[in-house]
Amino acid sequence: MSSCRTTCQSHCSRSDGAQDFNESSIPIQNISIAAEPPTSNGLPAPCSKCGAEERFYGSMCAVCFRGHVFGKFKLAVTNNAMISPSDNLLVAFSGGHASRVALQFIHEMQYKAFTSWVASKSQALPVFGVGVAFVDERVASNQPSCEVDKAIEEIKLIVSDLAPVQKELHILPIESICSLGSNDGKSKLNGLLETITDTTGREDFLHFLRMLSLQKIALERGYNKLVLGSCTSAIARHIISATVKGRGYSLPADFQYVDVRWEIPVVLPLRDCLAQELSMVCHLDGLKTQKLLDRPCVGINALVSSFVTRLQDENPSRESTILRTAEKLKPFHFNKFSKNGYHDFLPSRLRSKFQNVKDDSSTKEVLCPICGSPLDESDLQNLIKKQENYQESIDYFISQCCQSCHFQILPKNEVPLVQFYALLPQPFTQRVNINSLRDQIKDCLISDDDDLDDYS
Amino acid sequence: MEGSDGKKSRRGAGRVCSICNERKAALKRPKTLEQICRECFYTVFEDEIHRTIVDNHLFKPGERVAIGASGGKDSTVLAYVLSELNRRHNYGLDLFLLSVDEGITGYRDDSLETVKRNEIQYGLPLKIVSYKTLYGWTMDEIVKAIGLKNNCTFCGVFRRQALDRGAAVMKAEKLVTGHNADDMAETILLNILRGDIARLSRCTFITTGEDGPIPRCKPFKYTYEKEIVMYAYFKKLDYFSTECIYSPNAYRGFAREFIKDLERIRPRAILDIIRSGENFRISSSTKMPEQGTCERCGYISSQKLCKACVLLDGLNRGLPKQGIGRSRGRNNAKDEEHNKDSSFQSKPCGALDV
Repeated sequence: MSSCRTTCQSHCSRSDGAQDFNESSIPIQNISIAAEPPTSNGLPAPCSKCGAEERFYGSMCAVCFRGHVFGKFKLAVTNNAMISPSDNLLVAFSGGHASRVALQFIHEMQYKAFTSWVASKSQALPVFGVGVAFVDERVASNQPSCEVDKAIEEIKLIVSDLAPVQKELHILPIESICSLGSNDGKSKLNGLLETITDTTGREDFLHFLRMLSLQKIALERGYNKLVLGSCTSAIARHIISATVKGRGYSLPADFQYVDVRWEIPVVLPLRDCLAQELSMVCHLDGLKTQKLLDRPCVGINALVSSFVTRLQDENPSRESTILRTAEKLKPFHFNKFSKNGYHDFLPSRLRSKFQNVKDDSSTKEVLCPICGSPLDESDLQNLIKKQENYQESIDYFISQCCQSCHFQILPKNEVPLVQFYALLPQPFTQRVNINSLRDQIKDCLISDDDDLDDYS
Repeated sequence: MEGSDGKKSRRGAGRVCSICNERKAALKRPKTLEQICRECFYTVFEDEIHRTIVDNHLFKPGERVAIGASGGKDSTVLAYVLSELNRRHNYGLDLFLLSVDEGITGYRDDSLETVKRNEIQYGLPLKIVSYKTLYGWTMDEIVKAIGLKNNCTFCGVFRRQALDRGAAVMKAEKLVTGHNADDMAETILLNILRGDIARLSRCTFITTGEDGPIPRCKPFKYTYEKEIVMYAYFKKLDYFSTECIYSPNAYRGFAREFIKDLERIRPRAILDIIRSGENFRISSSTKMPEQGTCERCGYISSQKLCKACVLLDGLNRGLPKQGIGRSRGRNNAKDEEHNKDSSFQSKPCGALDV
């Protein structure tokens, strides 16, 4: 086993050969191809940054390349005030390259803060805490149970190797979000999935369940932020698939650095890193990942993924360009930390950047209870039209769903629709707050006698 | 079809039209997969276009309207349907056909014959403008000079201006083109892929150029290409159905193939892309190009010289790359550097703006 070239403190081992990574389904070619061709005199070109070492990836040597990727992560964290000393972060780990690197980089930041704390006389600034979450989806996939168990054992090993600041690993079966204390989660989840006939809708619904599961772990275990390893490549695919599903209005909500729609805010520190870069970091550091838990896409998502892969093969900056286009769309008010005093932990030179950030509650959006997307104008108009006459909670729920969830997730016929609603986990149904909804739209409601008290 | 619970058609049982419930279903509607008879298909197809025209206030009574006519299925169906709806619903429009002769032997000369037949079949006067007369170059000559990599850029830019000039000569107040939902969806995707937020914000407008001399509109904005083909087929309309002989290298084909695959899985995805495009939250502070006029020809332009003059200047001086790609110092210059050696250049097809 060769030693890791970097000082990551995780006692990692270098794996043999190139690895396929699973989070964006892009294979790593022979590593020597990733570096640029030799100079005209036949000698290997030196690194464009340090000028000393041989090029490893693009125009950079291995050390500079790793520094470059870590630099992007660090910049995202700093510029968006993602991590404060008092935070308790939950890192979502799927087994893939991107979340492995997210875990690694967060671990390195924590270790550095820990070292400073140990060395400091006053030890006034605490060190942020880190936990790891894994959602066990075997019930909803075709993977043999023994293989998943084996993969989980490897994940436990990965997390326990992140010394010296130990991190707790939380494993939650995805079906547990469907059950209320009883052991019927699996049958409830399967019953729920059976009512969704659209393949893409079913896959997207599982994604929403996964997010809720992560939120559940964070809430129950006292974490105050959720870190996802979403990278440029995954986000580029999401941008195209959201466009294709008619979600253009809500799209900017999903890929900003910060998302405080959820009870536990979500941060994306690897947003500016390409999947291939993250795979390279895993290879360089010998970071173990889990191919067994690969989740190949289906339906529309699979088509979009192969389309973007083809585009990226033709032009290596395509994924970045897609993200750059979407970055020009206006984010929502919940795409920033805006609580008073939140930014006090920052150095003053950075604090001033956030001083004009206001909590703009007046522009509160109505969110779809299934996917959490802000409703666009026509969905809102439909909502206003329908809500006047409803009595049942199921009707309120359905009227608040966005057109995309209406099409691809909600069953069309009454019997499966009632079954779907009955089996739906509470975190979904709780999102429809009838009174709060009325308050937001009451100025658009017209009654016979104009007495709005009748509606409460 | 993607995992839906669509019923299988019963062989030999003869389904009834799901709209009129009387006549036998003759086709599955591409947009909605409803099984309907021919007559009901004509009705829903024409009514949807009529609704688009009315809801978006595309025309005013008495307007003189040029129909961009290439002889292809979109413009032939457009001419047929528009003259039919004009009669049926009394739009009060003065319609005529406007064609552009790019000078592509074996393609355009054949399709122009189709337009000449349409002139007689639909009783609409025809005006033809040619690249040779306007610019001194045919597409055949341009391709000979520059090859097949950026020819669509030249053609699209020149055609846009040619249509405007032809419409102006004929004193038209409006220009309609046969751009359909598939074209719109492709353009939205291409502008996302290219990082062109300015075009992305404009490309879903059903009417464009309202601040210019000749506004142009797209009554087929929500009409599926497959339904246009189906309409032309059942109505036995006369159109020219061959692809431009210079088109195989067009970058747009990439997005077109993706959309065809999408449509197979989920037909409504085409309209969903348009919906997304219409609803993108594009900040008002996003820098948009300033509209001015070309110093040489007076055509609308955001630069000193319009794109057509820049390209023409390059052609006449033997500089075929002039005006192709983006100049250094602008946004996304790094993106273009990557494209240098790529076989698929991310150069805009000029038709994106049409």
